[in-house]
Amino acid sequence: MTSQTDPMSSGVTDTLLDAQNVAKSFGAVRALTDASLTVRRGEVVALMGANGAGKSTFVKILTGAIRPDKGRVTIRGAEARVGSPAEARRSGLVPVYQEPSLIPDLDISDNLRLGDTNADTFRHWAAELGHPELRLDAMIRDLPLATLRIIDLARALASTPDVLLLDELTAALPTDLVERVLRVARQQAEDGRGVIYISHRFAEIAALCDRATVLRDGRSVGDVDIAPGIEDRVVEMMLGARIDLGQRAAETARPKPGGAPRLRVQNLAAAPKLIDASFDLHPGEVLGVVALEGQGQDELFEVLAGMRKPAGGTVEIDGAPALFRHPADAIAAGLKFVPGNRAEALFRERSVRENIAMPFSARARAWGPLRLRHEKARVAEAVERLQIDTRAQGEVQRLSGGNQQKVTIGRWLAHGVETLLLFDPTRGIDVRTKRQIYPLVRELAGQGAAVLYYTSELAEVPLACDRAVVIFNGCVVDIVEAVDATEERLMRAAYGLTSAEGAA
Amino acid sequence: MSDIHPQAETQARPIVRIGRFLKDNPVIPLIALLLLLIGTLELMRPGIISPFWAGNTIKFAIPLAMLAACQVLTMLTGGIDLSVGIVATASAFVAATLTPLVGPVPAMLVAMAVGVVVGVVNGFGTGIARVHPLIMTLGTGLIASGCLQVYQRYVIATGTDIPAILEWLGTGRTAGLPNGIFLFVPFAVFVLWLMRYSGFGRLLFAVGSNEKAAQLSGVRSWQVLMALYVLSGLIAALTGLLYLGMIRAPSLSLANPLMLPSVAAAVIGGTSIFGGRGSFAGAIVGALILRVIETMLTLARMPEGARIALFGLIILAVTALYVRFTEQR
Repeated sequence: MTSQTDPMSSGVTDTLLDAQNVAKSFGAVRALTDASLTVRRGEVVALMGANGAGKSTFVKILTGAIRPDKGRVTIRGAEARVGSPAEARRSGLVPVYQEPSLIPDLDISDNLRLGDTNADTFRHWAAELGHPELRLDAMIRDLPLATLRIIDLARALASTPDVLLLDELTAALPTDLVERVLRVARQQAEDGRGVIYISHRFAEIAALCDRATVLRDGRSVGDVDIAPGIEDRVVEMMLGARIDLGQRAAETARPKPGGAPRLRVQNLAAAPKLIDASFDLHPGEVLGVVALEGQGQDELFEVLAGMRKPAGGTVEIDGAPALFRHPADAIAAGLKFVPGNRAEALFRERSVRENIAMPFSARARAWGPLRLRHEKARVAEAVERLQIDTRAQGEVQRLSGGNQQKVTIGRWLAHGVETLLLFDPTRGIDVRTKRQIYPLVRELAGQGAAVLYYTSELAEVPLACDRAVVIFNGCVVDIVEAVDATEERLMRAAYGLTSAEGAA
Repeated sequence: MSDIHPQAETQARPIVRIGRFLKDNPVIPLIALLLLLIGTLELMRPGIISPFWAGNTIKFAIPLAMLAACQVLTMLTGGIDLSVGIVATASAFVAATLTPLVGPVPAMLVAMAVGVVVGVVNGFGTGIARVHPLIMTLGTGLIASGCLQVYQRYVIATGTDIPAILEWLGTGRTAGLPNGIFLFVPFAVFVLWLMRYSGFGRLLFAVGSNEKAAQLSGVRSWQVLMALYVLSGLIAALTGLLYLGMIRAPSLSLANPLMLPSVAAAVIGGTSIFGGRGSFAGAIVGALILRVIETMLTLARMPEGARIALFGLIILAVTALYVRFTEQR
């Protein structure tokens, strides 16, 4: 797995971090089955993997936040079973995350004191990272996110770590800062330390890293040296063979729906991550949205659902401009949102029936007597259509994950669907339920609904969608027809590897 | 990352199943507790249990149960209404002092308006300004209490009168039962209906269970909270009128001693202060339990201080036991 020759020196002592055959399960979910990673002196190693490959779990194990079920992690050759983040820090591994781990209500110097960081060394690194003017008495909560990431990184560097772990640090950073971060990371390697670099951006990985370790479905599937043209191989490794999600029920090539679009989004921007999204969604169409984590898709859906105000651009419903101040406005305009996190949509201790029927009572004019018969019929219809297992219907929290997901969708089936916004509806549910959801989505479209369907599983796109927009770095970079939507094509686009052909 | 699937209902241990059953029907163990307490009382002082005693206990449980309704309804949303005691007091005081001036019906209407005003302020604070209900209602309670003292100076010479209908409700008896039940039974039916069969009631549970999910279902929670606190103020004002008829001596602290027991009755009755779960039937039984415990402590001839302390201790013990028993997963 590791290459035989070492350019700097020889011997096992050069291995800074060595994690072998790490496995971890959460209940019945096997997040990691066999993950390995080696970092040697003077190396920058990229850790790559598609959504759900087990990257976050692996990082948590490396940093000592959770214990592995199996496998060992050694740092500097010594078998050091990492037990806590503090222990990992002491043994020489220091992580820096996308979300800075700083206490908002303290100023910079207090935050430094908490981690026993030398202020002068910190200043040196802050200057190196382009912030020489930083005042140590500035309150953390008053500073912009980009500055906080730099502070977090400078603090990590000040502790002279043997291995520095950078997790998606450059997402939503301005270009000049990205360059400085990359330069400092490279410098670390040249000083004989090691860096683990996690990013979705091939350009940065190509510029910075020596090697890449690829994770897929919880196991390490490859360890490649970075060379020109390596992207294709990495994409291939990340995809691998997939579980059979079933066949698309209906015809694949459908006539393109004509007429005016139900939903037209133009140059939509929303803080912090969505920069420029434009697309049309027609009645009878399922439009997929493909993006790696945190490329702006969350903001896109939140704006359309009325939960977030856009920073720019327009949304039109049936040709009329729409601005939503509250989800109630979006619902009134026919946009029904199913969030990615079921917990956000469900009333845990209430019944299935109440959960599904809730929108009927939302408006003040419906606060009077419940229309029990009407409600019962509509709920029964939704339950029937989604085949929700109602054996434990007294409280939604007693249902299985898949059935809970069906309840969140069933709510809008009962209420009537004109435009459905599905955000990763199949995340974390069993294959059988997944296979029920695709035909349902097709059926809804067949009845004239317009569906916007974000999925983190690329294989779903040809099964459920007519077209897919690909978002990278806050912008729509590609629109792919379902017939062309091979996983490889989508994956390349999602990593920003396509030329601008077809981009809106 | 994929999440952990909650275990579907399979083979639950018997204790868990009993816990669940009780959670779904919180009134059953409460009634058992009430009967147990009444039995103990009979042992302490044989012969005390009589129709008259029962009527009296019910009579004094009614205003407590009505204020407990305010707590149950606000607790469903994760809130609380600490201004109900002073609202009831103010309503009674206003009604008693205005009756000689403007007549009973307008006086009672003004008294109810006091409840609406405090409710609107509470609703604005909790629903729109997003102040925590505990702080908000505590604040409005203090403000209302101050205003009441100022008001008292203006009406100090007018004297007081109690509307005949209130006296009839508060002190009269029909077939051994206090006339208060003619007000309370329709009231209780309304609250039970509201909680179970109205859209508004459903939203109370929804906002308390998961406000984000309520929002995603199209619920504007400020509207719900505004209506809720106005309703709570109205109920408190109505309670004040009834209590005035019972006590027949308006003062600036008339209903204040009911305030904390009303919270206790709601909590004993199985309402979660964290929202999303609650029962008014339970609160009614809770109010009866509190009244019976009070009788027991009075019978034990304890000094006032020890009685109050023991009362608090018993409330804590009952609540802790009850919660421990029904929160089993």
